[in-house]
Order: sequence, then C-alpha cells, then structure tokens
Amino acid sequence: MNPQKMFLYGAIVLAGLAGPFIFPNNQVQMTELWLFIVFALTWDLVGGQMGYNSFGNVVFFGIGMYACAVVQIGLVYDVGEYTAAKGGGTAFIFDLAQYIWGFAIGLPVAAMLAALAACVLGSLVLGMRGHYFAICTLGLGIAAGEIAAGWDWIGAGSGMTPAPPPHDIDNVNRLFYYMAFALAVATFATIAWLLRTRFGLAINAIRDDEDKAEAMGMFTTRIKVTAWVIAATFLGAAGGIYGNLKRFIDPLDTAFSGATIGVWMVLMAILGGKGTLWGPVIGAIVFQVTKELFWTYLLGWQRVALGVLIVVIVVFFPEGIVGRVRQMFPERFGPRADAREGAE
Amino acid sequence: MPRRGWRRMNNIELLFSSPAIAGGLLIDGILFGSIFALIAYGLALVWGVMNIINVTQGEFVILGGFAAVVMADNGFHPLLAVPVAALVLYVLGRLLYRTIIHRIVDRDLFTSLLATFGISIVLQQLMNIVFGGDPRNADAGLGVWFAFDYSIVLSKVKLLAFVLAIVVGAALVVFLKMSRLGQAIRATAQNARAARVVGIDTNRVYEATFALNAAICGAAGALAATAYTIHPYIGLPYTVRSFMIVIIAGLGNIGGVLAAGLGLGAAEYYAGFILGAEFQIAFVFGLLVVVLLARSWWLGRKRRYLK
Repeated sequence: MNPQKMFLYGAIVLAGLAGPFIFPNNQVQMTELWLFIVFALTWDLVGGQMGYNSFGNVVFFGIGMYACAVVQIGLVYDVGEYTAAKGGGTAFIFDLAQYIWGFAIGLPVAAMLAALAACVLGSLVLGMRGHYFAICTLGLGIAAGEIAAGWDWIGAGSGMTPAPPPHDIDNVNRLFYYMAFALAVATFATIAWLLRTRFGLAINAIRDDEDKAEAMGMFTTRIKVTAWVIAATFLGAAGGIYGNLKRFIDPLDTAFSGATIGVWMVLMAILGGKGTLWGPVIGAIVFQVTKELFWTYLLGWQRVALGVLIVVIVVFFPEGIVGRVRQMFPERFGPRADAREGAE
Repeated sequence: MPRRGWRRMNNIELLFSSPAIAGGLLIDGILFGSIFALIAYGLALVWGVMNIINVTQGEFVILGGFAAVVMADNGFHPLLAVPVAALVLYVLGRLLYRTIIHRIVDRDLFTSLLATFGISIVLQQLMNIVFGGDPRNADAGLGVWFAFDYSIVLSKVKLLAFVLAIVVGAALVVFLKMSRLGQAIRATAQNARAARVVGIDTNRVYEATFALNAAICGAAGALAATAYTIHPYIGLPYTVRSFMIVIIAGLGNIGGVLAAGLGLGAAEYYAGFILGAEFQIAFVFGLLVVVLLARSWWLGRKRRYLK
C-alpha cells in the first residue's frame, strides 16, 4: 500500500470517527449512510463482481434485523409476551448490562442466521441464471416479508419494537453510529481483501463466462454460495443495527422492504459503478445525500422522485460514477494489469 | 401457535367433508384465474417480441382498475370502463415506449428489469397520491346466483369478468393471426433482423406491442376492479403471477397460459382458505420460488440451466 493510499484511508477513518462530533444533528443520517455503504458493497460483491443481480438480498437484512431483536429481548424476557404487549410500555425494561449483552450476542447471531439462510437459499437458487435469478430473489424477498407479517411470535403485521435502550445511555444513537461505522469498515476491508485473492478472480470469472469457468474446473456453485454467504453475513449484522436505529421493525416496510432498501442497494451500486470497489461507497454517499434532499424538499413526492431517479440512472447512466471517471481518465483510474498483485 | 395450526387442520377437513365449499373455491379460483391468464398473455407478448420482462405489468393492471373505479364513481357503468381503461393504458404504453422503453429494448435483461421496476415504483406512488391507499372496488350492482340449494354462491360480475377476459384473449389471438400488424409482431418475435430485412419497421412493432400489452393489462385491471378489489400496492403480485404463468406455460403457448392461469387462480383460493387470507400473497411469491426451483431442477437433469 503506497503512502498516498494510507493517507486517504487514514483520513476517511478519522472523518468517520469524528463525524458525530462535527455534525451531531446528522448523526442518524450518517449512521444510515454507513449501513447503506454496507448494503451497496455486499450487493456489489454478488451483483457487480459475480454478475448475479439479486433483488432479494433484503431477505438477509430482514432476518438479521429480527434475529438481533429477538435475541436482545429473549435474553431477558419471553419474546411472545413482549410482542403481544406491543413493545410493552413500562413492563419491559433493560438495564445497561442486559442491553450491551443483547448486542454482543444478538449481532453475531443475526450475522450467522443470515449466513445460514444464504447458504441454504443460495444452494437452491444460485443454479438459476440471469433474470430468472433476479425474479426468484425478488419473490424470496417478498415471500419472507409476508411470512414475517403473518407470524404472531414476532409481532406479525403490527411489527416489533427492539429492546428499548436503558436510561443510563444518554446518547444511544452514538452507539449505533460507531457500530455501523465499524461494520462498514470491516465490510470494506473484507471485500477489498477478497477481491485481491484468487476468490476475487474466481467470482469475476463467473461473471465473465460461467460455462468457461466451470469448464476450467472451478466449483462454481460452491464459489457462488460462498460469495452470497459473505454478503449475507454483513447484511445480517447491518440489519440488526438498522432495526435498533429505527426503533421499530415493520415486516414489510423496514425488514423485508424490497421496494425501498432492496432496490436502493442495487441503485447505489449502479450509481457508483457496478463491479468496482469504490463505486458502491461513492454511490451510497451520493444516494444518501440525494435521498435526504428529496425527503426534505419533495415531501410527499419523495418516493416518486426516487422511482424517477432509478429509471434515469439505469437508462441514462448505467456505467456509474466510477465507470464514467475511468472512461474519462483511463491512465489515472483505469484498470491496471498489475492490480491483483496479491493473487497467486 | 397451536390454535392456528388447529384451525388449518379443520379447514382441510372441511374441504374434504363439504364438496360445496371445495367446489365454490374451485369456481371462484378459476374465475379469478382468467384475469391472470389475460395479463400473462400480455407479458408473454412483450417478453417474446421485445425480450423485456415488464415488471410494470401489475401497475398497468391497477391503473386500469382505477380507471373503472373513477368511472363508477362518476355514475358510469364500470364495465364501460373496460374499453376506456384499455385506451388510456394504450396511450400510456406508447408514451412510456417513446420516452424510456425504446432505450432499453436492445440492452441486457437486468437493465430492462430494473428500469421497468423503477417505472412501476413511480406509477405505484403516483396512484397512491392521486387515488389514496385504500382498497377500492367498482360496484357493478349485478348481484349473485345461487346454485345447489344455496350451497354455491356465484357472483354474476365475476362470471361476466371471466367471460370478458376470455373474449379479450380470443380477440387478441385473432388479431395476432389475421391482421397485418399482428403478422408483423409475430415476424419480429421470430427473428427481428429478418423482419427488418423484409421491410418491417421493428421499432414501430415494438411500440405497438408494448402499447397493446398495456391495453390488455388495462382491460384486465378494469375487470379486476369490478369483480374484486384493488389498491395501489397490489400490483407486484399480478406481475409475479403473470411471470409464473409464462414460465410454466412457455412463450407463445396460449392454451398453456390459459390452463396455468386458471390453475393458479384455483390454487390460490385453496391456499387462501387453508392457510388463511394473510398468507395468500406469501403463497403466491413462495409458489414462484418453488416453480422456478422445479424448472431449474428439471433442466439441471438434462444438463441445462434456467437462463
């Protein structure tokens, strides 16, 4: 890693750490931004780098969200009673230790359950290709949401409130911010590392020509499932944080929201540049700023505006920001032959 | 939840012990399924001719439905809305083709999938703003028939919707077989390049196909709003149903589309009865996954894959 890059990464980490102190009023939006970066990066690992465009990654997000909330509550109270009381009023109080332990156990459980789901679903679904895969995952996402909306134990259609934060923590959103930040850094580091290994080459080979990759002796299904499991692990943890950030889990609008977060993650990756490392990050930043502007200035019409944005980006700007920059300055940003020095 | 599981067992028992309930569900399902078949036929048309999977399908249906609701609110008979909805959607289809769809015809499938998904979100939200999010119905005031000692209730308007759906479908088949434009559409579906060579303006054919599909969806939606209820967010299930039907039946197989559509309608009513209405949509989407998996597995046995 050259000093220039070290400086860039250091500056980003410092900015991330100092963020909530510089802009305390935008803490929640910045937390969302870090989570969006996780969404875009994990979607791009499978969609951009491996060429499997999924509309259903939101399944793992939702599973993580519910798993984390259930663990947080289940460690202390009976989950059925808690959801039956609709978040419980004053009867369900968590002290600091219980709350922290809830996260310490809940987030890993969320990540593992999401990974398990990806392993099972992936081995079934990843045999399909192209648009069949895309539509099948769309179906998975909505089916999961509808099942959650009919399941009384986790609150069914009336949703579920994650564990209320204890009164000892005066700024609980700051806790969420740093968790989201750490998760985003971990996701970026993992994917950046993965793309330098043989695994990165393998998933790119699958994207370019799966039949040839298989003919070369690659266990394509195993590789595809692995990639989806990695994406799902981070998404599951992100879901756990997101549910707590929103303070309320609606099965169709928060957890398994195929028409909002499910599409946004695709959009962020495409906007930034599909199949690039930095594209999803840049796309997530631009998208989050745009979305907040829409929500502020186009209230009531913001979802229409976002739909128009999807169409415009997909139709007129499919190469994304990073792709465009690469076309304009090929000698500075274009792909290099020695970019994968880490690969054997 | 033991209570609910118990209820489901009871429901299954009820189906077997009471043929009237089972038969009533079957009839209701088949009547509803005719509308699915009509929409699926439109999807197959666009898919086969333009190689686009149109996710906006369901929103076209709902928009056609709202046309019927608006006309019923203003004192017209809602079945008059069938041609009106078709016309409105035809114009919208042309408009969408001119602005957006013609740019994505020759692009990869994911682009068209995502672009039409974006259009469907726009339409959905616009309908929510204009018409509100409540379930609506255009009442035709036709009443019901009773058969077999009042054990089977047959809604006349559902029956009429069934007949009209079949009529529209048949008219479409005749149009595609007989008219010049229909022949041009079929020629383009077979080989777009060869069609261009013999002087067919494929761009116009694409536009006509897309608008025709929108018109079909509009008519189907007007029927759906008259016989059933609609609301702005119920579009995607229609898209998924039509997609499922096309996968089962294959492109260009009219009999298959009809059979799959009616079968899906019946399956959905049985599932709704056994599992409870809250799981009916989950059943539709779950069935989609199952159908795709079954197809993928079947092809895998022949060393092919779903592509």
